Amino acid sequence: MPEYAIQTENLTRKFGDFIAVDHISFEVQKGEIFGFLGANGAGKTTAMKMLTGLLTPTSGKALVTGRDVYTEAEFIKKQIGYMSQKFSLYDDLTPRENIRFYGGIYGISEEYLSQKIDEVLEGTGLKDQGDKLVQALPLGWKQKLAFSIAILHNPKIVFLDEPTGGVDPVTRRAFWEQIYEVAEQGITVFVTTHYMDEAEYCDRLSIMVDGRMDAIGSPEDLKHEFSASSVEEIFIKLARSAKRGDG
Amino acid sequence: MKSTIVVEINNVSKSFRQLKALKQVSFAVEEGELFGVIGPDGAGKTTLFRLINTLLIPDEGTLSVLGYDTVNEYKQIRPLLGYMPGKFSLYQDLTVEENLQFFASVFGTSVASNYELIKPIYHQLEPFKNRLSGALSGGMKQKLALSCALIHKPKLLLLDEPTTGVDAVSRKEFWDMLKMLKQEGISIIVSTPYMDEANLCDRVALIQKGSILQIDTPTSVVNGFTKPLLGVKASNTYQLLKALKSFPGSDSVHPFGEYVHYTEKDGEPDPKVLQDYLEQQGLQNVQIKLMDPAIEDRFMDLMHTAEEV
Amino acid sequence: MKIIRVLLQKEFLQIFRNKSMLPILFVMPVVQLLVLSFAATYELKEVDVALIDNDQSALSREVMSRFQATGYFNLELETFHYAEAMMAMDQGEVSLILEIPSGFQTRVREGRVADLQLVIDAVDGSTAGLIQSYSTSILKDLNAEQMRKIQMESYSPQVQKVKSIQVIPQNWYNPDLDYITFMVPGILVVLVSMIGLFLSGMNIVREQEIGTIEQLNVTPIRKYQFMIGKLLPFWVIGMIDLLIGLILARYGFNIPFLGSLITVLIVAGIFLITIQSLGLLISTITHTQQQAMFIAWFLMVIFILMGGLFTPIESMPMWAQNLTYINPVAYFIKIMRMVLLKGAGWPEIQFMVYGITAMGSALLLISINKYKKTVA
Repeated sequence: MPEYAIQTENLTRKFGDFIAVDHISFEVQKGEIFGFLGANGAGKTTAMKMLTGLLTPTSGKALVTGRDVYTEAEFIKKQIGYMSQKFSLYDDLTPRENIRFYGGIYGISEEYLSQKIDEVLEGTGLKDQGDKLVQALPLGWKQKLAFSIAILHNPKIVFLDEPTGGVDPVTRRAFWEQIYEVAEQGITVFVTTHYMDEAEYCDRLSIMVDGRMDAIGSPEDLKHEFSASSVEEIFIKLARSAKRGDG
Repeated sequence: MKSTIVVEINNVSKSFRQLKALKQVSFAVEEGELFGVIGPDGAGKTTLFRLINTLLIPDEGTLSVLGYDTVNEYKQIRPLLGYMPGKFSLYQDLTVEENLQFFASVFGTSVASNYELIKPIYHQLEPFKNRLSGALSGGMKQKLALSCALIHKPKLLLLDEPTTGVDAVSRKEFWDMLKMLKQEGISIIVSTPYMDEANLCDRVALIQKGSILQIDTPTSVVNGFTKPLLGVKASNTYQLLKALKSFPGSDSVHPFGEYVHYTEKDGEPDPKVLQDYLEQQGLQNVQIKLMDPAIEDRFMDLMHTAEEV
Repeated sequence: MKIIRVLLQKEFLQIFRNKSMLPILFVMPVVQLLVLSFAATYELKEVDVALIDNDQSALSREVMSRFQATGYFNLELETFHYAEAMMAMDQGEVSLILEIPSGFQTRVREGRVADLQLVIDAVDGSTAGLIQSYSTSILKDLNAEQMRKIQMESYSPQVQKVKSIQVIPQNWYNPDLDYITFMVPGILVVLVSMIGLFLSGMNIVREQEIGTIEQLNVTPIRKYQFMIGKLLPFWVIGMIDLLIGLILARYGFNIPFLGSLITVLIVAGIFLITIQSLGLLISTITHTQQQAMFIAWFLMVIFILMGGLFTPIESMPMWAQNLTYINPVAYFIKIMRMVLLKGAGWPEIQFMVYGITAMGSALLLISINKYKKTVA
């Protein structure tokens, strides 16, 4: 079993002359909660797309669950889960149907799937709403459902793209408790967020600026390094010097 | 000195089919105030704004803006309002300059007339004035949208979640701009899901599921949180959460970044007893300190109470 | 394969749950078929006639009543002034002026050539053509009758000599020139094409728009599985619509079904895949449903107008005729008409089927290729 959940070396992605991701090198340990921070336009989304097999890198190395993103993308996809910003649930299907769909896609067998469906509905408190259309559900519940679906097939790593956007403070925290539980089970969590307090919940985090990774380490270590009392302070210090923020 | 009321909302309710978006909301905003509407997605903020800016008609109750009724006298209100809706409201395929000129002409004015007002904001955009607005970064789009909302020198500015999805730096800059505008005498009502921004307002209304939880100055709101609050830290946050929840007498246990905010049902928690308990549970590097509550603590407290009712 | 089944399940659920989709898929085609067939007709309904009868004889009145007896012609105006009749035509009150000069009957009785004048409003070219042909045939009938009468009554050798070769045109395969029989097979093609082109293309773009496509791309779904999942449901629906249309055609419109139904269905299946591939290609080059719809609409109109549905391909200029070779709709319309109305079999249609298949394969390959590249 490989040591690292994710390992990159000089990972780069260019779009014509524009260097969206500029030679980033880092590792994510298995079972870690890794926070991936950066301003809009800093290259976060592009980097994440490369790690999830949505985009091919221009150059550099990247191994996800020990597999090469260039040649083994299909294999990687079986081992990872993903929750996009928009939650990507089908609004015109019920929670039950959404779970069945994604479960089927990941090759979960019929009998196991029925069991799983009940589990998820119980776990998310959606037991009575299992047959209502998703579009009728409040945001917090969609979020729970989307997350449960992302980990349905027991992936090694789950990628979360701003999963707590716009949700109320209580639900936000409840969500992080879900993340903690999942990490306890050994699933590596790779999460991006704009909430600076959530950065503190991570085991380690990185901050991207202008396509480069300008900070990486545990919240404690980074605060020492940058003489800051909060991650927000570090972020502001780094982002202020960014050239790409303007226009 | 008597201050004028710029927005008065009386017992307003609004439903969309089965969904009760707003339930008997009442409050007033004074001239020159920087008034915050704080609440998560789905709380009713956008509906409230659209009622104020005359785009929606209430099912019950009345609203008056700058002395005019929003239903019968909306025509008089609209030229005096500046509105920045939640989603991106600019023309992506027009340049920065073209967008500004468009909005100026819609209000029957020109960019030159009120340039001084938007100058501090706009001058950051000026180097990009020929760039298509769709190609701007999130923070820049916001600044442009704000400029377009101000170009006709409105008396009242309505900003619906202007900082959502934007990074911390741009957010800070945006609020600095709002303070500057307040000094120009413009009344501002701004909604946000970010609790920390509430502290920057003169007064706030906390809203959740269509009802107002509280309206007051940020300080008073926080002062409403009367229970002693402890901040607890340990090496493993998750274990800490579980342990605290299982401690007899614990009331609210919420992670807040580095520290977990903790209160007990019956007033004074004993830090020593707590520390011993936690260390017994196998937690390491336990640190406990007394904390001052923030608006978010109070908000969750109010949410909790509202749910209990 | 299980993945495809799962994908299909989802698609069908979404299609049938979409309240506005269902009428479009099943009701609209039927309505289109009915409306187009009945309303857009080339048959003559009623032609208003102005009569200038300067002969006022038994024969001249016979001419007019012959016209009226057909049921297509209606005497609207009788006058002795040409100008008055022309004004009526200018104002659209009459489409035909029938002018019978004085001395008409006399000349005919004497076996001499007698002239009549027909002035036809040719603003609508096709109607004018029909008026002309109807009129000519009425007059020919009358003429022949009169000739026989005169021949029998007169012993003048001159008259006896006048025997002409009777040309009695008869149209095969659609003897009554029944317009509906002519149109319906073509309209069925249009129905099927619309479903194939619009709905397939737009469906993929829609998923791009709402963002679920990103989620799907991260899963182990292979691109080909995704595409089958998108194309197959509408293939099935298109075939069902065709079947409904065929049943309507056979029992509602009484269209003859001389050829093999199986042949029609097989060709339809291949044709649908071809059209859907085109829809897929469109979806790879557009970003919004709106764009997809406009491009699809544009192509559809061209295909139909140039495909021989309303106007014969043979009458088109050479460059247009040559373009028909890459118009799959034209092929299918022809095949439909040939099989249903003529009873054509495989030998007659095989080259056209090869043509459709070739186009379909090419389109499918290009669009699959393009799709792989553009969607990360």
